[in-house]
Amino acid sequence: MSYTIWILFTAALVGINCGLVGTFLVLRKMSMLSDAISHSVLLGIVGAYMVSHQLQGVSMLIGALLVGLLTTFLVQLLHQKGVQSDAAIGVVFTCLFAIGVVLISLFADRVHLDVEHALMGEIAFVPWDVLEVGGKSIGSKAVWLLGFVLAINIFVIVFAYKELKISSFDSEMAVTLGIPVVFIHYVLMGMLSLTTVASFDSVGAILVVAMLIVPSATAYLWTDRLSVMLICSALIGVLSSVIGYMGATAFNVSISGAIAVATGVLFFISLWIAPKHGLLRKWLKKSPA
Amino acid sequence: MAHAALPGICIAFLLYGQKSLLVFLIGAACSGYIATVCIQFIVKHTRIKEDAAIGIVLSVFFGLGIVLLTWINQHEGGNQSGINDFLFGKAASLTGSDVNVLTVTAITMITTILVFFKEFKIITFDRAFAQGIGVPVSLLNGVLMFLIVSVVVIGLQAVGVVLMSALLITPALAARYWTEKLEWMMWLAGGFGALSGVAGAYISLIAYVPTGPLVIIFATMLFICSFLFAPKRGLCSKMIRRYIQRRTLRAKQLYKRGEQA
Repeated sequence: MSYTIWILFTAALVGINCGLVGTFLVLRKMSMLSDAISHSVLLGIVGAYMVSHQLQGVSMLIGALLVGLLTTFLVQLLHQKGVQSDAAIGVVFTCLFAIGVVLISLFADRVHLDVEHALMGEIAFVPWDVLEVGGKSIGSKAVWLLGFVLAINIFVIVFAYKELKISSFDSEMAVTLGIPVVFIHYVLMGMLSLTTVASFDSVGAILVVAMLIVPSATAYLWTDRLSVMLICSALIGVLSSVIGYMGATAFNVSISGAIAVATGVLFFISLWIAPKHGLLRKWLKKSPA
Repeated sequence: MAHAALPGICIAFLLYGQKSLLVFLIGAACSGYIATVCIQFIVKHTRIKEDAAIGIVLSVFFGLGIVLLTWINQHEGGNQSGINDFLFGKAASLTGSDVNVLTVTAITMITTILVFFKEFKIITFDRAFAQGIGVPVSLLNGVLMFLIVSVVVIGLQAVGVVLMSALLITPALAARYWTEKLEWMMWLAGGFGALSGVAGAYISLIAYVPTGPLVIIFATMLFICSFLFAPKRGLCSKMIRRYIQRRTLRAKQLYKRGEQA
């Protein structure tokens, strides 16, 4: 496959993954937590490198998963002890991120990982970093990683769809029905950490946040059904990666930045023309001619 | 806020053509203000909640900033290292004139806060009351916003765009544990910030580690200490108090039972 198709394919996978997980974040009003985890995952990656001395695949996923859950746990702990929720998130993730940066700079001469790369991502290098099995290349590493995480995400969502749905919309009812709400919360945070670390290499830590929140919020404007919203936000994620990539190549700027801008543009358009919750519709309703 | 300032700084750089603190400050203030307006608009006119609205606006603004930054890097060539350092922070690369600017800002900041202290206090704790007694709330809010933006833009050079928010939040949160009074909280937060700055810079000199993250780690350590050991609101003193209460209660109950028997 050609160079462009690999990049588009990677970006589309990021879009689908983030769209699926992001939907639940937007519905549960936990968008700021994605910001936190996307930063603190850096520590997980560095930690995984220090333990296993490699930067790929399973060890990275495990490291990110552990740190993601640690972040969630610490935030909840502080929140329970009376710290405001947003302040708790702010303290926890900046500290973990800072530790990650210090560790990187201590091992900088041996690790191919610099802060700028981690923040901005470099999707343009994806096609050259190929996975080889028995000496034969079977495609880009990032695509395999993203595909693997996508499989996990789809599996969890299909398997626990009812539980996720009820606990997102009405957590008190979920408790009375005997659904393990806290456990579901941690499962969701685990999915978020995996998605973040898999998307990390391509779009960078900060722009993962854009991919997580903006397409889901856009989908939220279009529909009232959870199943439709999941599909919608995945599609919007794919669409904005395609638009963003084309824009980036046209103006020769950062691909991940352009994708984030594309999600913003799609959101802005939907804000006006969405059928039920769009502004135009609301204004037309207010002043019947 | 630190993220939203990025496109403003880049546009200011594109328009002005060179690195200048004052121009950057104006650009950052403008884009920060636009970001706040966007967030309020989304929250007011759609069913999207505030946290998602903040996430949308900040991440899209940051993406725009990155796009502009790569654009600048390609088209302005020679100046790129300056603006990169500016965004990702390097305390060691500060020059004498930068330190002068920082000092002037700190002094302006302190005098502004001292002058408007009473007004700030009222609008922070009870906005409706402030409006009722005729305090110009929106004007003062604007002043406060401008102070925050200028601190962010100036702090960017020292610790970088990502860790700036930590320096804004963590010392203040740590100070909250020691006192109930705004005056004390303010001085304490400033002191904590200064302390972690000095400690972080000193360690970074010895260990050859970037300054910004170390400063943040020190601030967080101060926060954890306050969280655990502060006299009144700290976790340890709370536990001790609860333990004493439980013991006196048990002693009372035992005494009563003894009387009844």
